[in-house]
Amino acid sequence: METALDIVSWVLLVTGSVFAMIGGLGLIRLPDVYTRMHGAGITDTMGAGLILAGLMVQGGFSQVTVKLILILIFLLYTSPTSTYALANAAFHRGQKPLLGKPGHGKEDDQPSKP
Amino acid sequence: MFIAVTAAILITMALALTRALLGPTVYDRVLAVNMFGTKTVLLIAVLGFLTGRPDFLDISLVYALINFIGTIAVLKLLKFGDLGTAGGRDEPAED
Amino acid sequence: MLHSISLGLLLFGVWLLLSGFFEPLLLGLGVVSCLVVVLIAHRMDMIDREGHPIHLGWRIVIYWFWLALEIVKSNIDVARRILDPKLPIHPVLIRLQASQKSELGLVIYANSITLTPGTVSVQVETGEILVHAIAKEPAEALQQGDMDRRVSAVEGPAEGGGKGEEAA
Repeated sequence: METALDIVSWVLLVTGSVFAMIGGLGLIRLPDVYTRMHGAGITDTMGAGLILAGLMVQGGFSQVTVKLILILIFLLYTSPTSTYALANAAFHRGQKPLLGKPGHGKEDDQPSKP
Repeated sequence: MFIAVTAAILITMALALTRALLGPTVYDRVLAVNMFGTKTVLLIAVLGFLTGRPDFLDISLVYALINFIGTIAVLKLLKFGDLGTAGGRDEPAED
Repeated sequence: MLHSISLGLLLFGVWLLLSGFFEPLLLGLGVVSCLVVVLIAHRMDMIDREGHPIHLGWRIVIYWFWLALEIVKSNIDVARRILDPKLPIHPVLIRLQASQKSELGLVIYANSITLTPGTVSVQVETGEILVHAIAKEPAEALQQGDMDRRVSAVEGPAEGGGKGEEAA
């Protein structure tokens, strides 16, 4: 039982770490602010969620798990709020998003009414 | 094994810090610093388990709060030019 | 009044879970600080349907499970795009119609969009959200309006909305 829980916990932790690093890589590779937000989104949701879930399995039914759940809930509430604040501030300040396929240099997708 | 997770988080933090240093716009830097803060929260939590001191989780929780407030404050300063404005979402940005 | 009581109980529950001490003095201090917080919140006029949305009930919990599944799916999609050496992204800006009646519903919808990687809400107006998507597929998935309908269902037959920004 112990080992089974340990394996579950390690799988969660390792997957979370991998997703966190992918998000970090995205922050470096992607071409502009708005696309980089998607990269940061990966670490904020999947990375943080899985790592904290893995720690929760380690913690078992205890106060530690309650605190971890609180941290997770808090992160899931605040990360979209601050991302929206960032996107909105950048947009208001006239930061133009890169549109269309990067490297083609033409903006073929203007915001359109559905 | 917790050491591996710590290492992964540290690598992510290094990547975020690289982006914060490279820029090019101030929004990139804020985004990177915000992500750096989120990773710090995780790092403190994992460190608590690594050293067997779950009290670290309280610090991590408080850090999450401070990080959020800090990011919002910086963005408000960027958007409105001062922190005293009661910023509504309909308020136009004065360029 | 109901909201004040439930906020107070919630705060005290969080206090108990975080402290883990059950001595009379500490419990008393906890009660006092919870009361002070409720009083301040009351004075700031923050206790309403938006600041403390208990009326959403179980519908929001079911919605969270659905949202978690969506987040996992889109995470895998965006992770694949980032790892691909060709970087197959195609950023687009789209305008989405939002059918939510209250501002709370609108905030839940916008935050859900932002929380799923691949889409970020850039500007929220009444009945309309400007969304930046990393590629055409997530944008088209949003335009199908599945999430929009679900958030409206969570929101329920809400009447009127105030002016809060928080609580999603």
